[in-house]
Amino acid sequence: MNNITTEQEQSDDKTVFGFWVYLMTDCVLFATLFATYAVLQHNTAGGADAKELFSLPYVLVETMLLLISSYTSGLMLLSARAGNKRSVFIWLAATVALGLGFLGMELNEFHKLASEGSSWNRSGFLSAFFTLIGTHGIHIATGLLWAAVMAIRIAKTGLTNTMLRRLTLFSMFWHFLDIVWICIFTFVYLLGGR
Amino acid sequence: MLGRLNWDALPDVPITIGGAVMLVVMGIVAVAAMTYFKKWRWLWTNWLTSLDPKKIGIMYIIVSVLMLLRGAADALMLRAQQATSAGNSHGVISADTFQQVFSAHGSIMIFFVAMGFMFGLINLIVPLQIGSRDVAFPFLNSVSFWLFVAGMVLINVSLVIGEFSTAGWLAYPPLSELRYSPGVGVDYWIWSLQIAGVGSLLSGINFLVTILKMRAPGMTLMRMPIFCWSVLCSMVLVAFAFPILTATLLMLGLDRSLGMHFFTSDFGGNAMMYVNLIWAWGHPEVYILILPAFGIFSEVVATFSQKKLFGYTSMVWALGAITVLSFIVWLHHFFTMGAGADVNAFFGIMTMIISIPTGVKVFNWLFTMYRGRIIFSTPMLWFLGFVLTFAIGGMTGVLMSVPAIDFQMHNSLFLVAHFHNMIIGGVLFGYFAGYMYWFPKITGFKLNERLGNIAFWCWLIGFFFAFMPLYVLGIMGATRRLDHYDASLGWQGLFIVAGLGVLIIAAGVAFQLLQLAVSVWTHFKHPQRNADLTGDPWNGRTLEWATSSPAAEYNFAVIPTVTDRDAWWKIKQDRQTKKPGNPIVYEDIAVPKNTGVALFVAAGSFMVGFGIIWHIWWLALAGLAVVIASVIHRLNDDDTEQVIPAAEIAASEAARMSRLKQKVAV
Repeated sequence: MNNITTEQEQSDDKTVFGFWVYLMTDCVLFATLFATYAVLQHNTAGGADAKELFSLPYVLVETMLLLISSYTSGLMLLSARAGNKRSVFIWLAATVALGLGFLGMELNEFHKLASEGSSWNRSGFLSAFFTLIGTHGIHIATGLLWAAVMAIRIAKTGLTNTMLRRLTLFSMFWHFLDIVWICIFTFVYLLGGR
Repeated sequence: MLGRLNWDALPDVPITIGGAVMLVVMGIVAVAAMTYFKKWRWLWTNWLTSLDPKKIGIMYIIVSVLMLLRGAADALMLRAQQATSAGNSHGVISADTFQQVFSAHGSIMIFFVAMGFMFGLINLIVPLQIGSRDVAFPFLNSVSFWLFVAGMVLINVSLVIGEFSTAGWLAYPPLSELRYSPGVGVDYWIWSLQIAGVGSLLSGINFLVTILKMRAPGMTLMRMPIFCWSVLCSMVLVAFAFPILTATLLMLGLDRSLGMHFFTSDFGGNAMMYVNLIWAWGHPEVYILILPAFGIFSEVVATFSQKKLFGYTSMVWALGAITVLSFIVWLHHFFTMGAGADVNAFFGIMTMIISIPTGVKVFNWLFTMYRGRIIFSTPMLWFLGFVLTFAIGGMTGVLMSVPAIDFQMHNSLFLVAHFHNMIIGGVLFGYFAGYMYWFPKITGFKLNERLGNIAFWCWLIGFFFAFMPLYVLGIMGATRRLDHYDASLGWQGLFIVAGLGVLIIAAGVAFQLLQLAVSVWTHFKHPQRNADLTGDPWNGRTLEWATSSPAAEYNFAVIPTVTDRDAWWKIKQDRQTKKPGNPIVYEDIAVPKNTGVALFVAAGSFMVGFGIIWHIWWLALAGLAVVIASVIHRLNDDDTEQVIPAAEIAASEAARMSRLKQKVAV
């Protein structure tokens, strides 16, 4: 049937497949929020619209931080598979730092919008905007917490098979969030900020 | 400190006080009994913390039977109100209570009865049928169950503290928005469904992986029992549909808790967006429920016709077709939205098309019976009752799929009759058949046939009395959710007949409870009368019957190798012709250790829900902290498995063999 042999590999195979299915369900969740945003994006109720609110250069920097963090998480996984604990820590730390930068910039943008009177309760458009971006942000925050928990664990037990598997899952999660962000960047910021 | 919560939250309407007092008293009696008989430790170690899907399945079914009683009590109140509230009489309950009762009835029956019963049966049977020792993620399974319980507790707490939603089982905005429903009712609805819904989503992922990755060697997809196929399709639907529910409930919750404007009638909200989203989940949901029932009937009909299932391949394709089509019919729930002739025509035609694969299945079952040696046991009776009622429900469904007709029927009792026709005659009859059929596998003894028979006839006759009048009333113009109507309309007679019908159904429920009680009593007094010593009481065809009844914790001492569709049937036939091979060598088996972490995850989720409902923000944050801490604790726990040594397995298998020989000797 397939060439999987040991019990460990079977369990990894199962978990990775299960995580893929989870990511697809998360994809449907984001799709729902995207669809809602698409329907509500012009319902500004007399408030500011996307063109007035979004600053593309700012979002470009944010996007770059996240894209680079995806790259560093890839390097982290490569070092983990090579068994190099030290560089796993370095690249994991880099990923977390870039993620924190991204999250900080996002919160700063939220704060700026709210203080300008364009908070989530101003219009249907802004409700959809804050919820879509915020849901992505909560995923990023979850990922950062997860990375921290894993770092502590690796420091204690080393790069065990379990930890290798979890680093793989984390990497999948992080790349997935990157793809969602590219959709947000395109459909919300690029098309909206035109 | 306590947000909106104060003494006014306690019930003040007599009937609600009655319900609340009953609930609290029952709780106290249960706790007192547990303490008196010193059963807490036993409950905790043997049941609550168990990761064995067979035990989790039993707990699912116990919870959903309790909720069935609650939902049935609601139904009795609704029928009593509508039978009496004509002209000058205003019935037995107030309009506000009536609205809470119909909202609770629908929400509880779908989320906490049907979903719970379904996941219970899936947990009990799927691992056995695919020849596996466990599910893919045992801990996640326990989390799913306890989230289901947390949602169930939350929806019942609304009876005692505060109020329930008055906005119907799907809480359409703008009625469900803060401006028109300022109380906590809709929030209770949102959070109990949200928590239970996340549990269902996790279960969906779990069983999808279990079926695709953990089948016994030789069991290709096209050799899987049809029940497993139906569960696989149902779980695919769960994985695609439940995230939509999660997102939709989230948005409605944000509207209510943070003042957002997704579905409000002002500030650019769009209420029809909600209606579209909730049905994009809601229509697949009815197929999530019915597909496993189809699977159960496929097993039951083949077993009791003593023939292999007719048209296996077409069965699988029909399931697949229904899975795909169920996502492109949602708009038929609101043709009256006014999307235009083209859109309505598309969804109308798709709705008609989806009845074709369903028809294929019905014919396959009938052809399975053709020239079979049919045993008319109770599961078979549920099947025959299903064919009759489901065919009628299917016809009224196709009738309403014509948009022009739907404009007349929309929101009428005709619709109410139709979906009860499908949910009771389809889903519930299916699950009852499964309950009777697999009961000996789960407990080791059979249920009383005679009482099961009486219960079936009460349900079937009661069903027709209760719902055929609603079809007529719907055509006469009665809309759903009426707490009062004018006497001159001439509806009261039919409403009284419907009320009598529900009483007959209630008698059916009573006979089912009696059946359970009598069977348990018989088992303890005269075990030889109903015990299932062979593990195969119906001369079954699929692998669950290859194990002892009840199955050992590890399910299979040796994982079977599958060479044919009806794997167990084939093994039995081979035994008659072939000589026994080499003696079996047992190996150590690893099973997951018990853990109570899932209870903490659920308790934390309950705190989050309760805190947000009552605006007790510190409680919600504390709940979130509990959830996160529990998950981190579990992630850092490497000691999650224990090993059952081979010697122990060999001993228990030898004991089973000697029991089998005894049986043959008798």
